[in-house]
Amino acid sequence: MPFYVSPEQAMKDKADYARKAITRIRSGVVIACEAGILFIAPNPSRALRKFSEIYDRIAFAAVGRYNEFERLRQAGVRYADLTGFQYDRQDVTARGLANYYAQLLGTFFTDSPKPYEVEIVVAEVGKTADDDQIYRITFDGSVADEHGFVVMGGQADQVAAALKDRYRDAMTLEEAFTVAISALAGPAKGEGAAGGDRSEITGAHLEVALLDRGRPHRTFRRLTGARLEGLLAEAAGGRKAEAAGGRKTEAIAGERTGKAGESAGPAGEDPAGSTE
Amino acid sequence: MGADSYGRWLPGAYLSGGTSSFTDFLAAAAPELLPAAPAAAAWAVTSDPGTPGSLARDLPHGTTIVAAACDGGVVMAGDRRATMGHMISQRDIEKVFRSDEFSAIGFAGVAGVGIELVRLFQVELEHYEKLEGHALSLDGKANRLASMVRGNIGGAMQGLVAVPLFCGYDEDTGVGRIFSYDVSGGRQEEHRFDAVGSGSIFARNSLKKLYADGMGVADTVLACMHALYDAADDDTATGGPDLSRRIYPVIATITAEGFERLTDEQAGQYARAVVESRMSAPDGPPAALHQPG
Repeated sequence: MPFYVSPEQAMKDKADYARKAITRIRSGVVIACEAGILFIAPNPSRALRKFSEIYDRIAFAAVGRYNEFERLRQAGVRYADLTGFQYDRQDVTARGLANYYAQLLGTFFTDSPKPYEVEIVVAEVGKTADDDQIYRITFDGSVADEHGFVVMGGQADQVAAALKDRYRDAMTLEEAFTVAISALAGPAKGEGAAGGDRSEITGAHLEVALLDRGRPHRTFRRLTGARLEGLLAEAAGGRKAEAAGGRKTEAIAGERTGKAGESAGPAGEDPAGSTE
Repeated sequence: MGADSYGRWLPGAYLSGGTSSFTDFLAAAAPELLPAAPAAAAWAVTSDPGTPGSLARDLPHGTTIVAAACDGGVVMAGDRRATMGHMISQRDIEKVFRSDEFSAIGFAGVAGVGIELVRLFQVELEHYEKLEGHALSLDGKANRLASMVRGNIGGAMQGLVAVPLFCGYDEDTGVGRIFSYDVSGGRQEEHRFDAVGSGSIFARNSLKKLYADGMGVADTVLACMHALYDAADDDTATGGPDLSRRIYPVIATITAEGFERLTDEQAGQYARAVVESRMSAPDGPPAALHQPG
């Protein structure tokens, strides 16, 4: 039985549907650091990847429905390889790819009865941190140009708020990893949906990748095995110290950053070390 | 989802689950970009009915490539000359390329066709690796290249011939392997060493005398350098090491550590050593003879 639904209502329903689906899943983090751009998300599967290489300096990150973002990923690889083959490798840019995804997702959102339940990030690592480009594209095809870090999916606002407090420019890889892990783990108590218990984050349940600034040619690397365990151990050490140091650590860190350029050392590390 | 439902820029081919082959994707999404150009090659036949392909002969041609397996890998080397009929069209052309982390490709024949073949093959391997999440096996790469060579058979029949030489490190078995091709896409696995191009007869015969099983990487590089020198010695289309201009053969080694191209300085050392040794023995190192009995 046909009945009238206003366009406003139809769009709102679709947006609500997609948004609800995306907040149900677990968050992923993309964070820029000195070494490059780091991707971290809980992912129990070793075969179904959330992060992948698109081109020499460009990577794709996604959360949501796997078959949908996998399709987008493949389209992105085809777009990039075709552009690079037709012109030159340097002509493949994150901006172009982000626009391409925006077109695709925007079209799906308006044309198809069901929008894609995905949130994706396209990141390009530059020669210096200033040249890094990070774009977040949401289910309706809107693009946001992000700086420093992005949180995709889940309780993104909470994780982003946690990240915002701790994020600084030019962090080392280890610092960025620690910051992202503790933001993903969320507040220690309550808030089950945000990320749950800290203790459940282990190497086996984590997908970590890096666009390595220093590498020539193809910069995308997955961090697995011993490398990942090492990072996790370091992050666990840092967090424990932070918990023990409590407010004191924060106060010192705040003081340090207050002094700006004077102390170039990593604000989070020294006080943590001294309290152990 | 129809092919045209998203306009020209968003064709269905991008989103179809179908293929992990870049060539197949190009054929569906942008066939005009495929390197096959028999229509343009028609003039090569019609311009001079007496000698088919006479104009094709005046296109720049790349010449000699050698490859030799070594202990734990494989070495590929190519001279730097491109010829156009009786003219030298380029002194520093590059004909040996990295095709991916563990393989290299070189070509002999019409430079335009060869370079396009290499470019497409490079993207083909990377494309597959990105879409599938793992690289093709070495045999898979070799077979893929065979079908791409076969794709140019129309051009080859009209004189636009380029054949590749492919080699790589087999990660499963830990040895270097070499594959040669004919214009119809016939793939042959070569044992120990092989050469393609106009000087290949001389290079292969030189390697025959110099090559020994289980040679180390450095010795194999030296043997390849001698082989190219011998090819340049007897074939006008192959260029020897150009010490005055500092143009040396391109040399690539592929081992468990991956593809590595020797720097100009490193290649120069080998080239100078070979030229130096030829000052006293112009025909190169003699092979040991053993009298019967």
